[in-house]
Amino acid sequence: MDMQTMSHEDVLTLAKAIVLCGQGIGAGLALIAGIGPGIGEGYAVGKAIETIGRQPEARSAATSTMFIGCAVAESTGIYGLLIGFLLLFANPFLKHLS
Amino acid sequence: MYNTEIQINVEGPRRMISFLSGGEVLFSISETVVTGWLVIILLFIAMKVLTHNLKLKPESKRQVIAEWIVEFFNNLVAENMGTTMLGFAPYICAIFAFALFGSLISMTGLRSMTADISCTGTWAAMTLFLITFYKIRTNGFFGYLKSYAEPTPVITPINVLSEVATPAAMGIRIFGNISSGMIITSMVYAALTVASNAVYNLIGTSSVITDYFKVFQIGIPAALSIYFDLFSSVIQSYVFIMLSMTYIGQAAGKE
Repeated sequence: MDMQTMSHEDVLTLAKAIVLCGQGIGAGLALIAGIGPGIGEGYAVGKAIETIGRQPEARSAATSTMFIGCAVAESTGIYGLLIGFLLLFANPFLKHLS
Repeated sequence: MYNTEIQINVEGPRRMISFLSGGEVLFSISETVVTGWLVIILLFIAMKVLTHNLKLKPESKRQVIAEWIVEFFNNLVAENMGTTMLGFAPYICAIFAFALFGSLISMTGLRSMTADISCTGTWAAMTLFLITFYKIRTNGFFGYLKSYAEPTPVITPINVLSEVATPAAMGIRIFGNISSGMIITSMVYAALTVASNAVYNLIGTSSVITDYFKVFQIGIPAALSIYFDLFSSVIQSYVFIMLSMTYIGQAAGKE
């Protein structure tokens, strides 16, 4: 089917398919953001365990500080996840088609 | 036969009460606000019960709990913002209680208050206002304006951006955590419904019980709920108040 024989509905369907495809790929790419926090949090927890091993009396302070640090470090991953969910469920680009 | 197609409905907060004007919706009150009212009423009743009939020497368990809460937040504020800013303890405690119970209310089946960016964004805007207020009070208005052009005037746009980015990141952090937890939980529920339906189809049972009772939904979502509802809510609320205290304390020029 070449461009001349395509009706308006066909073009719209094709455009919608391309947008949906792009959204799927984009959502997958957005979740690459999960790598960074994973490495960072693992490093932080490892260091906290080292600290506790060296100074068992600092256990509570090290644990609470580690949790706060993890929650802050996690935020970049959460942003990526949020973008992924937006692309998957909110379909922000479909309304630009008409 | 039961439906074995995954259906996930992820929607924003519903409109609960709409004010109409000549057939058109003037404005409507969202689920977030109604849940917020519920949390406020619950917290108000809890605080009334805890502080009822106080004695100079604590006699009841209630008073010990109330004193422990007050002391905890006083110590936290004194540690992070300095003893001169102890007046912030009620504000910090209120934000923490509101954020914590607004997130934890999802365990009762209601929609979390903090899974709406207009709620967490408001708190972030409050923090931005307080930061700016204390910066102006410490350095004077012109000193505050001048602080944007430091170390060199070229860097001003980046300074402005970072000024807005810190509270914005705080708001998005708690919103993202709670709402992604909500979406993941609803996805798991949908998947478990489909799995149960497939098993029912295989066995060939169909009754009123199996219409509403999905066998795989017992127990499995509870494990997720412990992480996404309990752990995430507590940690994120705590992080929110910690960052608020740190930034406001910095703005007020704590040594």
